[in-house]
Amino acid sequence: MTRFLLMRGLQSLVVLAVMSFVIYGLIGLMPGDPIDLMISSDPKMTAADAARLRTLYGLDIPLYERYWNWLLSALSGDLGYSRLFGQPVLDVLFPALRNSLMLLGTAFFMAVVIAIPLGTLAAAKPRSATDYSVNLLAFAGISIPSFWLALMLIMFFSVTLGWLPAGGIAPDGSSFLENLRFIVLPAITLTIVSIGSYSRYVRSSMLEVLRQDYIRTAKAKGASGRRIVWLHGLRNAMIPVVTILALDFGFLFSGALVTETIYSWPGMGKLIFDSVMGNDFNLALVALLFATAVTLLGNLLADLCYAWLDPRIVVGGDET
Amino acid sequence: MKLITVFPLLLAAVLTLSACSDGGSTPTADKTPASEAPKTLTIGLAQYPSTMHPNIETMVAKSYVRGFLARSMTYFDADWNLVCGLCVQLPTLENGLAVLEETPDGKQGVAVTYTLPEGVTWGDGTPLTTADVAFAWEVGSDTKTGSNNLEMYTRGYQLDVVDARTFTLHINKLTFDYNHLGDLYPLPKHLEAEIFAEDSYEYRHRTNYNANTTEPGLWWGPYLIADTQQGTSVTLKKNPHWYGKAPYFDQVVIRAIQNTSAMEANLRSGTIDMIAGELGIHLDQALAFQKRHGDEYNIIYKSGLHYEHIDLNMENPILQDKRVRKALMHSIDRQLISDLLFQGRQPVAHGSVNPLDTIYSDNITKYEHDTAKAIAFFEAAGWTEMKEGIRYNAAGDALRLEIMSTAGDKTREKVEQVLQSQLKVVGVDLRIRNEAPRVFFGQTTRERKFSAMAMFAWISAPENVPRSTLHSSEIPMPENNYAGQNYSTINIPELDAAIEALEHELDTSKRLPIWERIQQIYSDEVPVMPLYFRANSYVMPKWLKGLRPTGHLDQSSNHAEYWHREEAGTQG
Repeated sequence: MTRFLLMRGLQSLVVLAVMSFVIYGLIGLMPGDPIDLMISSDPKMTAADAARLRTLYGLDIPLYERYWNWLLSALSGDLGYSRLFGQPVLDVLFPALRNSLMLLGTAFFMAVVIAIPLGTLAAAKPRSATDYSVNLLAFAGISIPSFWLALMLIMFFSVTLGWLPAGGIAPDGSSFLENLRFIVLPAITLTIVSIGSYSRYVRSSMLEVLRQDYIRTAKAKGASGRRIVWLHGLRNAMIPVVTILALDFGFLFSGALVTETIYSWPGMGKLIFDSVMGNDFNLALVALLFATAVTLLGNLLADLCYAWLDPRIVVGGDET
Repeated sequence: MKLITVFPLLLAAVLTLSACSDGGSTPTADKTPASEAPKTLTIGLAQYPSTMHPNIETMVAKSYVRGFLARSMTYFDADWNLVCGLCVQLPTLENGLAVLEETPDGKQGVAVTYTLPEGVTWGDGTPLTTADVAFAWEVGSDTKTGSNNLEMYTRGYQLDVVDARTFTLHINKLTFDYNHLGDLYPLPKHLEAEIFAEDSYEYRHRTNYNANTTEPGLWWGPYLIADTQQGTSVTLKKNPHWYGKAPYFDQVVIRAIQNTSAMEANLRSGTIDMIAGELGIHLDQALAFQKRHGDEYNIIYKSGLHYEHIDLNMENPILQDKRVRKALMHSIDRQLISDLLFQGRQPVAHGSVNPLDTIYSDNITKYEHDTAKAIAFFEAAGWTEMKEGIRYNAAGDALRLEIMSTAGDKTREKVEQVLQSQLKVVGVDLRIRNEAPRVFFGQTTRERKFSAMAMFAWISAPENVPRSTLHSSEIPMPENNYAGQNYSTINIPELDAAIEALEHELDTSKRLPIWERIQQIYSDEVPVMPLYFRANSYVMPKWLKGLRPTGHLDQSSNHAEYWHREEAGTQG
């Protein structure tokens, strides 16, 4: 196990190093720089001014040299300042991370809690009215564009009924209920979109498991249908689902751009988008690397979960 | 069963995070009727201001918020007059506050004296003095701080503090706008001097304007920053030390809502009271909104100095012929575009100068839509043969041009389609190729990679000298690292000379003929195809009074203390 963890740690470091170079390079290769954006909103800016600002922001040196300088600073613990917000990168990142985690964590939790029973129910009674209903809901959830759903929810709950705020985040020191009022609509949007795919994964995995010999054996031994499905079946059906959930674990930390934009929710998705478009190298790089690191961690946790769900799987072993 | 125990733990973690979160500063966005919260005004803005430093980086959202918090030494008001923002009298040669002088290197210069209003203090009660102005000048002059408008600091080669309220700025170049200090905002020396002294290069990062934006001593306008929620909102409260007219609203909340459909929904739900015209919803969206809910809101369309036009690449062999450029102008029906797409809210532009500007001249060539004239010009230029609806010249070249603009801008995309169909009538094959704004502005226009036409807009101040866009020294080239904004490569010696003469002519009556000549050259030579002056759409509650859209770079928030609530039939 220790060797496995060490190896995975090493692999992750290599992936992060490569990713840092690729991300930096891709942002740097995008046409235009922050000074061009300033020029487009200020016709008075002189050529000399533009040249001076390019030098000041270090945009006049080759890309690889800029990357190398950033890497040396980062390794010494200095992640630099956000060019867009004029603050240390971590000071900008952490509030957005907290907001994303709050929103996406709620949505992720709700989607899992609703999708697993729905998928299991559908698989337990294939081709029944329940199955067809679950499938209908799942496909609807997968098909509805999140921006449209978000706008419809705002129109209904905020404009027509006036029950919930149309966007934003709760003020300082707000009560739990006040926080909840702001999070409800964006969380419902994300939950509906996620439930569809999760329930489909659970259903198909469950159907596969329910055809296995050990399920037949359990039935022969006289186990109740409920016990077979929820105890014997679900645990084994969760293995492929865990892979999907692990991949989505990174999503918790990288935000949901469309939903965050519509609801003016200051999360990671919007922050990453703004930093990439605004050529804020330091912020974009750290945010994207963080999301990469969390995705790698999610996959590691998934591997560990496999062994927990199925004792036949040996983590780091030659055989499974 | 173990799996089931994980979920409550997860839920608990999420809810704890939610409950412990300090949230942010956005106000409670209840659908509370505005009448129950008369002292708060919530404004929707499509962008969040990044750095709050008044003298570093230019950005429309920041200028808007800054209007509530501070005023520059001088600015243009809603009537397009230059007025004092932080001086008691606008210095002029006539009133003796500006005096001609010789610079140390023997050139003609001018000394301009400004006096700060009595009783002006920072938001923490510290008197705002000329020491703060001198400090701002010192910070701005240091190239390491990244201040905008370095030219202003270069031109003003010396700043003399006369007393606590009076200072004299010595300028090494005599231009007609010698008394305009629109980009100079005093900085609180008592809060910022130490940070600047430590490391001027790091100043832009460590300044209190970024690290401690709610510090009251940073601002001296009618409002102070009470709270910020990064990327989402800025909450302003009344400045108890503001020396001017007391503002009506106790609190102003500016909420950044990037998605314009969501902005509209926020307005309808009462989450915001109004949409700022400076950076809000597009005109077509506002027109549609007016049809549905126009009777419930006060919607103002303010046309101004957003000049939408098409830069022509004069290096293109087809466009080098002036007759072709004139033919193109006669081919397009701009009035129809304005009427059809904008319900006439965006007036047709006949040049880069808006008729609202005092320097506008009507004595210029105007190109009405006339296909017969267009065809005559094309034929005179040798584009005589028509094959399958496209015009060809004797060499067999097709009259094929490409227009580029910013992808995703629905209005521009519609205009391009109309232009395409109008030009097709006269045998011009117009191809549309749009790019992401970042690519379009960052590379295509800057490096002149558009083969024929580039459609975009400029915004400027009243009587803005068009040096950066029309003077030949501003043509972007590899030699100058593509600096300059003369993307059409306009190189007309008479125009260069007129621009230079204009800058140095102090007498308004003598400047007007020069302005007229510049406008005439612009319309005769057609290096650029003027389209229309864009209109900003202000969507406001009917009870909001006193807000005057400006139509130029100095925004309506510069008069925020005059905004107030006034129900129908009451006096406010």
